Amino acid sequence: MTDKTQYLVRQEPYYQVQGREVVLYEAAYRARLPVMVKGPTGCGKSRFIEYMAWKLGKPLITVACNEDMTASDLVGRYLLDADGTRWLDGPLTTAARIGAICYLDEIVEARQDTTVVIHPLTDHRRTLPLDKKGELIEAHADFQLVISYNPGYQSLMKDLKQSTKQRFTAFDFDYPAAALEAQIVARETGVDAAIAAQLVKVAQAARNLKGHGLDEGISTRLIVYAATLIGHGVAPRDACRMAMVRPITDDADIRATLDHAIDATFDANPA
Amino acid sequence: MPTGIRPVTDARQRQMAHPQVQAWWQALDCGFAPVADVFEECLDEALSSFSKAQMEAYIEAARFIGKLGRGPEPLLAFLEEWPAVAAAASGDQEPLLPQVMGAIRAMQKSPNSTAITPFLQTLAAVARRLQSAEQIELYIDIALNLMARTSGSIHGHHDTFPSPGLPAFFEQAPRLVGLLSTAGLRNWTEFGVRNYASHPQRQVEYFSLKSADSHAVLQRERRGTLFADVERSLDLYLRALWRDSDLIVPYSTAFDELRKPVPYYDKLGMRVPDVFDDVAGTGSISNVSGLDRYRAVLAHMIGHRRWSTAQIADNWSPFQRMAVEFFEDCRVDTLLIREYPGLRRIFLALHPHPRQDACDPETTSCLRHRLAMLSRALLDPGHGYTDAVLLDFVRRFHEHLSAGESGTADIAALALAYVTRTRRPSDQLANIHFDDTVIDYRDDNRHLWKFIEEGDEEQAFDAERKLEPSEEPRGLPPRRYPEWDDASQTYRPDWVSVYEALHASGTAADIDRLLQKHAALAKHLKRLLDLLKPQDKVRIRYQEEGSDLDLDVAINSLIDFRSGVAPDPRINMSHRTDGRDICVLLLLDLSESLNEKVAGTGNVDGQTVLELSQEAVSLLAWAIDCLGDPFAIAGFHSNTRHEVRYQHIKGFSERWDDTVKARLAAMRAGWSTRMGAALRHAGHYLAARRADKKILLLLTDGEPADVDVTEPNHLRADARKAVEELSAQGVDTFCLSLDPKADEYVRGIFGKRHLVLDRVAQLPEKLPLLYMALTR
Repeated sequence: MTDKTQYLVRQEPYYQVQGREVVLYEAAYRARLPVMVKGPTGCGKSRFIEYMAWKLGKPLITVACNEDMTASDLVGRYLLDADGTRWLDGPLTTAARIGAICYLDEIVEARQDTTVVIHPLTDHRRTLPLDKKGELIEAHADFQLVISYNPGYQSLMKDLKQSTKQRFTAFDFDYPAAALEAQIVARETGVDAAIAAQLVKVAQAARNLKGHGLDEGISTRLIVYAATLIGHGVAPRDACRMAMVRPITDDADIRATLDHAIDATFDANPA
Repeated sequence: MPTGIRPVTDARQRQMAHPQVQAWWQALDCGFAPVADVFEECLDEALSSFSKAQMEAYIEAARFIGKLGRGPEPLLAFLEEWPAVAAAASGDQEPLLPQVMGAIRAMQKSPNSTAITPFLQTLAAVARRLQSAEQIELYIDIALNLMARTSGSIHGHHDTFPSPGLPAFFEQAPRLVGLLSTAGLRNWTEFGVRNYASHPQRQVEYFSLKSADSHAVLQRERRGTLFADVERSLDLYLRALWRDSDLIVPYSTAFDELRKPVPYYDKLGMRVPDVFDDVAGTGSISNVSGLDRYRAVLAHMIGHRRWSTAQIADNWSPFQRMAVEFFEDCRVDTLLIREYPGLRRIFLALHPHPRQDACDPETTSCLRHRLAMLSRALLDPGHGYTDAVLLDFVRRFHEHLSAGESGTADIAALALAYVTRTRRPSDQLANIHFDDTVIDYRDDNRHLWKFIEEGDEEQAFDAERKLEPSEEPRGLPPRRYPEWDDASQTYRPDWVSVYEALHASGTAADIDRLLQKHAALAKHLKRLLDLLKPQDKVRIRYQEEGSDLDLDVAINSLIDFRSGVAPDPRINMSHRTDGRDICVLLLLDLSESLNEKVAGTGNVDGQTVLELSQEAVSLLAWAIDCLGDPFAIAGFHSNTRHEVRYQHIKGFSERWDDTVKARLAAMRAGWSTRMGAALRHAGHYLAARRADKKILLLLTDGEPADVDVTEPNHLRADARKAVEELSAQGVDTFCLSLDPKADEYVRGIFGKRHLVLDRVAQLPEKLPLLYMALTR
């Protein structure tokens, strides 16, 4: 049996409650309903799930989905060893066996035929058939499936099938309001509130450009990076350029505009 | 002194007031009365700045000019302008005078002597703007080069006709050097010389800035930050920093010398200049780039849009309104700086800093000066002014704004108080102090005022005007493309107009009949096509690493292992999707030469190239349709650069059906082959497609040519450039040429991507095969 404790979240993750999401999630968990969290990248989806796993005291198995991932990577596969073949459970199977919250991050990155394997676990059956092994796993009573996805930036090709979407309850996440976001940044990194507010201001300038050359605005995560750099003694304007502008765009015009936004926000020689 | 015709001797004998002047007058040895009239005044200026030796050189040069036989005008121009020229070239005429005299001699020797007068007349204005002897020399070089290359000759090597453009060039020169750097001026001149050397009338139009090309090239060569280059950045700026967006419309600053237009905004958009020079910083003031100047203008307008409300203007005097505008501008700027503190640096660098004592209130109207100082003080904490009233109002202004945003009405009240407090009788004087009071990032505040009563002077001009129903536009408006000029290695801006239209329709059954005719060939093609068809999912077995264990192979391997044989480690398998993602546009040359009959043994029916092309294109279209690749067909021909017809036969989203076949059946040939523009236009459609591979297949029977181009290499070079541009956009161009002599040029244009078909009769068979070979 797999060691269940290794998947437990030991320390309380910092999560700033924005609305009623905690209560709602707890209700969904009580009913073991599958949950989908949507929202732009770096707005706190994964942090929220981690926080809920800690709050509920359940193990959390996170799978970062990618293009190369196949059904076997989720369910498990045969491996060869000295005595012949040996079955190795995949993360989804493990979660179903030990009763963990299985969190499939960025599910749309996986190919559509892969995601179909989660279907039997997400409806009333709550089973996982391992056809290669000839075994039918009944999901543990504590098992819950959570997926995250970012409806924004992926191509039209990458969308969830309706049959997959309609198996989940969903939370819509977005970047927090400016004051709240500044508070999060300050709490997370220890920079002072004024700088946090300025960082948020730059990020919001970039978010206004979403759809006008930027696929995604500057995320809370990037603001936190910038604030962390500032905390380590980097000048705010350099930190912003490095952590907030350079990562998100190669477009010279946008870069120039955002650099200007940084200069305009952090006055060079305050009078 | 009465003027009129005087005997020549009269002028020579004229007595000057001062003996010194009289001596110079004798030295000049000039018989022109108009010169004698102004000689003293001219000499006054010269004497004040020139040394004795310089004076001698000056009078000697003038004497030479007076004896050219061109009348008094060149001499007058020289005498009047030269001191100013020398002053502009930092007071030193030494290196410059021989240059200018050389230029005059060159013009005198050539048939261009009429240009001497305009040359001298505008030289001072040019020199004032160029400000250095080297620059002026460059300018003279450019002019002489222009003259040498546009003076015509009929027989032999002697120039016999004057350059038509040269006088016009000199007349426009002050404006040109104001707008262009010398390099830009050289390019602009070069363009005119090369394109209009054999067109006297057009040459004059070009050099007198009357033609559209001339403006377009001028605009391209201008100094500073062009609006067109930063338009997108500015749009992003509005969206990102101010969550706003509006149409930004540039106005031209090149042609309004007297009244410089000021930025403004109204319901139709924000108007900004079409170019901004960088502002060089001095001392503590930092540099401001042209882009930042645009940003400052837009930010200020945004500020007004956010925070200003229109006021009723009727009860206020113009002075009061001006004061309200200054105060309101400052309020808006303060709020903007509050939003983005970094703007203060830009605003202050652009804001003049008038000296406190620059204006004398006894003799001049100082209101503007006072307000500009106040405006500076309101924005700049380190303004350094000491006037008590000013400081008092700065304090009151900040008090107003400390609580919040305040409002236009509140700030207007403060402004009126300021006007009342500082009013002086001299404000009414006509002599207004303007220096250092113009704040050019601010708009004209037309949005700030509402007029309830119209003025007495207004008449009812705004009676309903009926718009004549204009003629319905036929077809799409033309799209303009640049053309590559190989000689100068530049683009000619907006040179070619491409008109796009749907091809006329004929009878679709004709095409079906053609396909019927080639039924045997079609069968053969069909077999080849089936081989090419993509198989969607492919399983790749025998992989050392893969996504899945291939159980059969694995167990075999295990058995081998157990029985002591080396096992095969390739026991995994993976999947690969194998699809064709190809998009193709077939571009047909529909020029006149297609109407020629095909010679040769293969062609028994005496078909024209056009008919053969029709067959070939039909077969190809059918074949591509079978493969399922998205494809489009278009034809083109041209009649000078003003009319390139791009005819749409099949679009990517259209199906290969009777409508398309009908258009194909109606294919007609005529006119010439301007290939580059057609390639660019076709390429912009392909570039917008999403596909792994984009192919532009060009079917042509000759080299690029047009009736308005005499130089054979020009259109070839342009076509090559177009192919390069397309390849940079990810579009592969392939040319199938039917011209047996194509080897001479086709490689130069298309590189290796071409095929010359010797036996045109084979075209219907070869074209589909070529396509398959290309996309295999």
